[in-house]
Amino acid sequence: MDYGNNRFPRTPYILIAIGVALFLTGSYFGLFVAPPERYMGEVQRIMYVHVPTAWNALLAITFALVCAIIFLFKGEFKWDARLEASIEVGCLLAFLLCCQGAIWAKPTWGVWWDWDPRLTTTAVLLFAFLGILTLRKFVDDPVKRGVWSSVATIIAYVDVPIVYFSVRWWNSLHQLQSSPETVSSQFYIPLRVNAFAILFLMTGFIMLRARLASLRLAQEVAPPPMLAEEVGETA
Amino acid sequence: MSAVTNNPTASDAMKRRTRWFMLGAFVVAGIAFAVISGSGINENLVYYWTPTDLHAAGNKAYGATIRLGGMVAPGSIRKQAGSGLEFDVRDSAGVVHVKSSGVPPQMFRESIGVVVEGTMVNGGYFKSSRLMVSHNNEYKAPEKGHAVDQKQLKKMIESTEDL
Repeated sequence: MDYGNNRFPRTPYILIAIGVALFLTGSYFGLFVAPPERYMGEVQRIMYVHVPTAWNALLAITFALVCAIIFLFKGEFKWDARLEASIEVGCLLAFLLCCQGAIWAKPTWGVWWDWDPRLTTTAVLLFAFLGILTLRKFVDDPVKRGVWSSVATIIAYVDVPIVYFSVRWWNSLHQLQSSPETVSSQFYIPLRVNAFAILFLMTGFIMLRARLASLRLAQEVAPPPMLAEEVGETA
Repeated sequence: MSAVTNNPTASDAMKRRTRWFMLGAFVVAGIAFAVISGSGINENLVYYWTPTDLHAAGNKAYGATIRLGGMVAPGSIRKQAGSGLEFDVRDSAGVVHVKSSGVPPQMFRESIGVVVEGTMVNGGYFKSSRLMVSHNNEYKAPEKGHAVDQKQLKKMIESTEDL
């Protein structure tokens, strides 16, 4: 009986190894090669993890949306496991994002946190998906759990474009999205290398976590050992 | 349960039902997004007022806790007794005089964006206890050759040396 998510058992470890190597490379460029920013100085270097973390957090949550749609369409539980995995990794990244942002905000903005539209919508995103993970813990029936959390994921995903556009729609303390025109080319390498580093790490973690979720589901729905023996004898 | 134990996919009946759930979820999500992005919620939800908004509010700005955002007007920074300071916050059309008791962040200087929290008080100025600096989305390396613009640096030091 294959519950999916283990067709390539070694792949996640390879992805994580590549991710670590890229992250070391990108961070070396970010810390030692790229010059300090003209006004912010050394503290701007946190951008080389903050921005890639933001991109990948939204990407993980977007993958969760894809998993939710496919699960509701096909009813395959490997997609439910992938949903759980990507939400969990997405929440981890969103939490790290808020911490990195606070560390950057204190010396530049003067405060650790403020209820600015970008920060508020990001907090809403984190808590909405933490709520979905909590919901999953409270539902025992795997079918209901899968359907409810997929539906909740589709609804909670509304916040993702709002997070993205928050800095354009409203007055905010957080700056607008930067673009290649607003960033010196010396800063490109650490930003891009770390973006791929976190992408590889994230993909590896999601694969491992989905495997774990599949195994748990298999254990959950397996008949008790004695019953299984009987079934085995009659078969 | 048998649908799960024998085969990790759901029955056809369940799939038909879950597709309706999906449609429902998308309808709810779509309406929510349309309301937030398209309706007047954008005008009613403001993080800060610009000096122009503040002037337009008139007496409503007195006594209420508000955030004021804009640019620190060049040449307007003055030190007050203690850790306080005074400066003008401006946008394209209006200027508001601010007296702030909050410790300014290192980034604070002329011509940078600020958000101050406080209220308008009698005497026609904005009394603030929380000063935040907002920077723009430009991240630039120091120029080669002349690592720092000396004239700019001198101006910057002069504008903040009394703080």
